[in-house]
Amino acid sequence: MNPLVLWFHKLGSPPYFYRLAGRLLPWLWGLALIGLVAGLYGGLVLAPADYQQSDAFRIIYVHVPSAWMSLFIYAFMAANGFIALVWRIKLSETLAMAAAPIGAAFTAICLATGSIWGKPMWGTWWTWDARLTSELVLLFLYLGVIGLYHAIEDRRQASRAAAFLALIGIVNLPIVHFSVKWWNTLHQGSTVKLFGPSLIDSRMLWPLLVMALATKFLFAASLLSRARVDLLELEAGKDWARQVALAGERA
Amino acid sequence: MSYGSSTSACRALLVRDFSLVWRRRGDALNPVLFAVMVVMLFPFALGPEAAVLARISAGTVLVALLLAGLLSLDALFRSDLEDGSLEQLVLSPHPLPLLLACKILVHWLTTALPLIVAAPVLGELLYLPRDVLPVLMAALALSTPLLSLIGAVCVALTVGMRRSGMLLALLVLPLYVPVLIFAAGACNAAQQGLPVLAPLLWLGAALALALVLAPLACAAALRISLS
Repeated sequence: MNPLVLWFHKLGSPPYFYRLAGRLLPWLWGLALIGLVAGLYGGLVLAPADYQQSDAFRIIYVHVPSAWMSLFIYAFMAANGFIALVWRIKLSETLAMAAAPIGAAFTAICLATGSIWGKPMWGTWWTWDARLTSELVLLFLYLGVIGLYHAIEDRRQASRAAAFLALIGIVNLPIVHFSVKWWNTLHQGSTVKLFGPSLIDSRMLWPLLVMALATKFLFAASLLSRARVDLLELEAGKDWARQVALAGERA
Repeated sequence: MSYGSSTSACRALLVRDFSLVWRRRGDALNPVLFAVMVVMLFPFALGPEAAVLARISAGTVLVALLLAGLLSLDALFRSDLEDGSLEQLVLSPHPLPLLLACKILVHWLTTALPLIVAAPVLGELLYLPRDVLPVLMAALALSTPLLSLIGAVCVALTVGMRRSGMLLALLVLPLYVPVLIFAAGACNAAQQGLPVLAPLLWLGAALALALVLAPLACAAALRISLS
């Protein structure tokens, strides 16, 4: 068998994934911490103040990466849900369900920081703008997935049902992304562009990109930590889980 | 062994579901009563001024009908699950999406159609402007089947649960939001004398898509829930 395919098959086995994730975790947490500290220092201290909003603009270093993550994690969850439904890979079910609360947390942070910024800048905590509303719907979609997962007794059936719901909700992702383009309401358009020059000064841009990278690592670390616990719970009757538990007792 | 054609299976299912509803025809009026009650609450809460009520009338009627539809969704598979005929449907050799589409059709005809018929009365209670009424009816005709189809997929996911009411609302309402936005958008445009065609066309496009995809999704969801 092709070594890459072999590795992929091995990755799907819970004990192998458990050990691999355990080895990766310190690195991921470390990178996330370094990235967050560097990004926040760059954003809150080094970056120059905005000519119009002065220091208030600095909340984007939390707001924008959280917003990106809220979409990224949903796509990750739906992709894993798709894999879980089509190929019935147990690990994908676990990963999809472990990602949901993290995504919900990022979405909540995005909404909260947005409204904290909105009060002094727009003069209101909340407005029924297309971007805000679609992001709120995204939060409810996350909560629906989490709620459905916890409402069903059988863990594997629960994750399949919740994964299916996550797949239906994916129609909301393009709506969130393009909402600032399709509807001309209060929320500003995208400033940082993947294709073409960004509309932001490079001294302000780099901390934002560092934060975007750091939140990816934070997500990965948090995801693997959650997935390890979920796997142990799911496989509680298996021999490898027993050995892990016994080794934990001895240590 | 022959199973008969899919057409005859659909016909049998339609006849069965209609006769089940007909034998308990008193229940069929419950969603309408609920919608009337909800609409009745608004003049009490906001005061009976005609100008205020007329401004919110179309949206209120839409929300009242949406909530009534949400409450009636639970009945879509409940009795079939309890007497075991839902499993028989899943096991039958005929395409499950087709059979489910028939069930959703009956459900729409027996719960949403009475609501649409009652909508002009509800609108009159809230002083809905006369020229908005045709737009409201068109929006309802396009949006209620859409709501039934989307709702059916979510009901199929929660079908085995004992207390699924609140959870079902949590699953369904985020998906109902875009439908409500376009339906209310058409009515508001009509109230302001703006063109109403665009939001209605969006609803029609979504309905065409849902007519094809929702029965398939509903069947997949049902198979997960009953596995």
